[in-house]
This record gives sequence, structure tokens and C-alpha cells, in this order.
Amino acid sequence: MTEAVSNEAPTDWASEAMQARIRRRYAQERGFKALGLLALTLACGFLLLLMASVISSGWTAFVQTQVRVPVTFDAGELGVTAEQAKANPELLRRADFEGVMQQSVTRAFGNGAVLVSDGAWLQLREAAMADPSLIGTTKDMWLIATSNIDQLAKGRIDLQAAEGDRPVTDAEIAAWRKLGAAGDLRKAFNRTFLTGADSVDPELAGVWGALKGSFLTLIVTLLISFPVGVLAAIYLEEFAPKNRWTDVIEVSINNLAAVPSIIFGLLGLAVFLNFLNMPRSAPVVGGLTLALMTLPVIVIASRAAIKAVPPSIRDAALGIGASRVQVVFHHVLPLALPGMLTGTILGMARALGETAPLLMIGMRAFLTSVPQGLAQPATALPVQIFIWSDNVSRGFLEKTSGAIIVLMLFLLAINSLAIYLRNKFEVRW
Amino acid sequence: MNDQAFSSVAPAGGTGAEKPKMTARDVRVFYGAFEALKGVSIDISTENVTAFIGPSGCGKSTFLRCLNRMNDTVAGARVEGSIALDGRDIHDPAMDVVQLRARVGMVFQKPNPFPKSIYDNVAYGPRIHGLATKKPELDGIVEQSLRRAGLWDEVKDRLADSGTALSGGQQQRLCIARAIAVNPEVILMDEPASALDPIATARIEELIDELRGRYAIVIVTHNMQQAARVSQKVAFFHLGNMVEYGDTREIFTNPKQSRTKDYITGRYG
Repeated sequence: MTEAVSNEAPTDWASEAMQARIRRRYAQERGFKALGLLALTLACGFLLLLMASVISSGWTAFVQTQVRVPVTFDAGELGVTAEQAKANPELLRRADFEGVMQQSVTRAFGNGAVLVSDGAWLQLREAAMADPSLIGTTKDMWLIATSNIDQLAKGRIDLQAAEGDRPVTDAEIAAWRKLGAAGDLRKAFNRTFLTGADSVDPELAGVWGALKGSFLTLIVTLLISFPVGVLAAIYLEEFAPKNRWTDVIEVSINNLAAVPSIIFGLLGLAVFLNFLNMPRSAPVVGGLTLALMTLPVIVIASRAAIKAVPPSIRDAALGIGASRVQVVFHHVLPLALPGMLTGTILGMARALGETAPLLMIGMRAFLTSVPQGLAQPATALPVQIFIWSDNVSRGFLEKTSGAIIVLMLFLLAINSLAIYLRNKFEVRW
Repeated sequence: MNDQAFSSVAPAGGTGAEKPKMTARDVRVFYGAFEALKGVSIDISTENVTAFIGPSGCGKSTFLRCLNRMNDTVAGARVEGSIALDGRDIHDPAMDVVQLRARVGMVFQKPNPFPKSIYDNVAYGPRIHGLATKKPELDGIVEQSLRRAGLWDEVKDRLADSGTALSGGQQQRLCIARAIAVNPEVILMDEPASALDPIATARIEELIDELRGRYAIVIVTHNMQQAARVSQKVAFFHLGNMVEYGDTREIFTNPKQSRTKDYITGRYG
């Protein structure tokens, strides 16, 4: 009875102990919020640091230094006259533009430091092919400068260092100063970087070959892993009996999702190249290998999306006599699709950034041409970044960061697509 | 268009002399080792609304789900005994479960319209069963079903709106229309009004009364007043047994079993 009486005494909500408890509670809340904010600030800070570092060293990759050269398209040197060129463009394509360029450059700047890129003669050929009447005339052309001149112009060379400690010679610095003073230097948008493939010369190297390789690889990955993954998930969730075997399969899939990607590379090497004799370095093999890696991710995401569909919808459809396949394809799949797509695209984004398995199957070859098909040798964007980052030549530094920017834009585009698709297919209740 | 049709249906006498639509004999259901239903035998006729009452966990919903084999979808559930529709065993391998569920429709406790338009909700069943080949035919089925479910006047101008945008009571009537649309012989209702407010509940009860005679209706309910209002036959379930089955008036006024009496008078449950 006595306890009951003490319980019935009115609680003193204004007491000192109660006030202290309230203050403590508020303090805890404030502390927790502050910690959360700190974590967020740190995360954003690191991200900004990364972006700033990549962009500051990579944006110049999109800019190209060019030298003005009065080019004389000498018919004798080319071995083709304007009339012949008009009649037979193939003849012009094979003409000696390299010699014409050497002559023109030497005539303009003498035999000193090399100023114009070895590959700049392609610009001459392009111009002459477009307009054969140039032959026999002289035209001022902006030709791609060598990487050293380019780096000087972009201010990436420490001029205070001794000649032996820097990649450019004193002669090149003198020539660069003279070109600048004469107004024969300009900076323009770097088309080569976005349209070219790899090259030994940094000023001629581009990401298009690698980008296209990545694209072809991802197409194969998507075509294999999405249907297989979604069908596997549907079967496991909706049709498979729940027994020991399906448990084993479930555990295996979860484990596969955590297997390091290089293991998948070795598997691809052993199965696709050694056993099935598929072409080395080809996007089709890269795509298959990445599909193996992406499959468990898609299965797991798709199963989660299927599980999230309310059972009442299945009951409703079954209750009016829909078969299980009809229930799945008419009701479950449309509702689960946004989740499946999100999982798939995140898996694709991971596959896009994957380097190790592609190294194992030979997609790290040095390729100066853009791949034209699934069975042709190709490389991929992250592999290209890896190759360039290994290069000692000064000019590849900015190319590496430039390629990282391209890769991140590609990723951003893929993730935007994921958000768009999710919103498009999401059913509002 | 068929309003006249069901007003002409005479109220059933509930004598039990008619040939039963469904018969169940010694039905037992096991969930793993647990025996949820311990031998239930019952006849269900088209003329009557049959109500299953009883406290929670007594097996009435379990039995209801046996009647259209919805228990097949529950992992670990096992059904023994025989259930027949028009004299044919529903567990017979020759009986197609998809057809069975079209003939024995179901309305669930929580309104569960598909996240599709009102039209598509009702048209889904006829579409998958191929009951209508042309659009006007399908339109007719949709209108007739919505009319019978008493929803037509409220939704006829917005058939393209999502079924999930309706109120709870309207959603439940939409689910009834959806069940009616495949032209079933039996409609099973699992506490169809328990998630609804009193006005929506009254509307559903009226509807059940209007549908009586056209379809054999079995309703599970926790609400004894509801059972008394809508049904002509009542089965009282307790702890997996069917304790008593008889005319509603008889059960509510003069129950033979003491357990039934205790439940009806509110001693437990």
C-alpha cells in the first residue's frame, strides 16, 4: 500500500533534477548534431579537394598551344598537282605532307629547336583534302606545338631550374619567347584530346579511343548482366523453393559481390582467352568479364527491389486468377523496375571505373587507333588513365587529369540517367 | 445497366435445401507442425451470405484462404481433407488453380487496388482471362462491374485516374468490382470492412446484401453486429475448430454450444 501512495504523488516536473535532465538531453542532441555536421563537412571537404586538384591540373588538357606557320603547299614536294588531287583524292591522301611541313617550318624558324609536333602534318593533309586548290599556294596555318612548347606556354615548367633539371632546353625557351613576342603562338580548344587515341606524343594523345573502348565494353556488360541478373533475381524471389540449395546460392551470390575484381580478371583470362580462345584486348571479352563482376550486384539489388513490392499486390493479382508469371510481369516487375535500374546503373558505374580485370585480359595495350568493333583491340578509360599516369613525359600529367575529368563526366551522365529513369518509372501511390 | 437484374433476386430463405456451391469435408491445415485448422466440414450455398466469426487466430481466415487455394502461396502450409466446387475437388490435379481463383474471387482485408488506373484495375481480370475481345465489350464489363460494386456514379468521369487515389471505402469497392469483373461464382471476403470508417462500412454491407443470390458470398468478420446484419448463415470458429454452424438468427438468439454463447455475449474474444 505504501508504494502505491508514493507513486500517486504528483510528479514535480519543475524540480531541479528534472531541469538538469532536460538540459542534459538538449546537450546530447546538440552534440550529436555537431558531430554529424562535422562528418558532413569533412566529407564535402575531401570531395572538394579532390575535384579542385583534378580540375586545376586537368583543365589545361582541353587547351592546345598552336604555332603559326606559313605553309607552302608545293606541288613538287607533294608530288601531286591540284588537278590530279581533284581527280584522285587518294593520291593526295598519300602525298608527302610531312616533307612539306618540315620545309615550311624550317623556312619560317630555321633549324633550331623543334617547335611543331611531329603529327601536325595531319592538319596540312586535312586542309588540302578539304580544299585541293591550296596546292601551289602559301597559307598561314596554326599547327600543333610540341609538348615542351605547350607546357612552357601553360606555365607548367619551372624556368628557374637548371637546364639539366627541367625537361625543356634553353634553346626551346628562347624559341618560345621569340614566338610569343612575334604573336605566332595561340591557345585553342584541344580537339585532338577529345577525338584522338593514345600516342607517344602527349600533344597528340586523346581519350576518344579509350572512351569508345569503355563504351563498347559497357554495352556488352549491360546486355549480358541486366537480363541475366534480373531473371535470376525473379526466379530466386518468386519461383525458387526455399530450401538449403537456394540458401547456398544466396550466400554464394553475396560472397561473389565481395570478391576482388582482379579475381574476375583472372577468371576472364582463363575462361574467355585461354579456354574459349576469344580475341585478346577486345571489348567483348572485357564486357563479359565485367558482366561476371556486375552480375551479383544486379541480382542483389533486383532481389531487394522485388522484396519491396507489397505482398498485397501479389495477393490481389493471384486472387483474380493471374498466373505466377502474369503476377511477376504485370505487377511485380513494373513496381520493382526503378530499384532494379538503380542497382544496375550503379553496377555499371562501378564497371566503368574498373581497371584491374581489364589489365588481366590485355586491355592495356598501347593503341593509336580508335576501336571500330567489339572484337578489335581496345583499351578503356580507367586503364588509359593508369597508363598515362605511369608515363614519365611531362605533358601526360595534364592528360591524366583531363582523362579523369572525362571519366567523371561520364559517370555523372550515367548517374543522372539513373535518377531520370527511377523517377520516370516510379509508381506513385 | 443491370440494376434491375439484382433487385429482382428474391431474398433467400436460408433453408439449406439448395444444392451447395462449395462443400468442405474434414479440412485440416498445418503450418509446419502447427495444426491451424482441425477438421472443418461445411456447405456453402449461393443463396446465402455465410459469415465466419470467432476470436483472432481461430482459423477462420485460414479456412477462407483454403477455398481458393491462396494457402498454396504460403511457405510451409499443408492442406488435408477435401474441398469441392460444384462437386469437383479443387485439389484435383485436373483442376487449374488459375481458373479456380477466377471462379472463386477474393476481397482482402486491406484495400489493395493495383497502382494503375481505375479502368485497368477492373479490366485486368477480364483481359488476362480473355473474357472480352473488343474494346466496347471490355468497356461494358468494366461499367457493369463498377455499377454492381456501387462505384460507377462516383468514378465514371475519372476512369483514367489511379485506383490508389480513391478513398479507402471506394478502394475496397473497386476491389470488389475487380473481383466481380471476372464473373466469379463465389466471392470470399476477408474482413473487407475492418480498415474502413463506419459510413464506408455501411456502404460495403449494403453492397454485400445487393450481391447476395448472384454470387455465393463468404465473409470473415470480427464484428458480430456486422455478421448479424449481412449474413444468413454463421459459422463460429474457435481454436481451429468450427464449433457451430447454422442460421444467423438461430446462432445469435439461441446458440447450442456454450462456447458460442460465451463469445456472442462477449465473455471472451
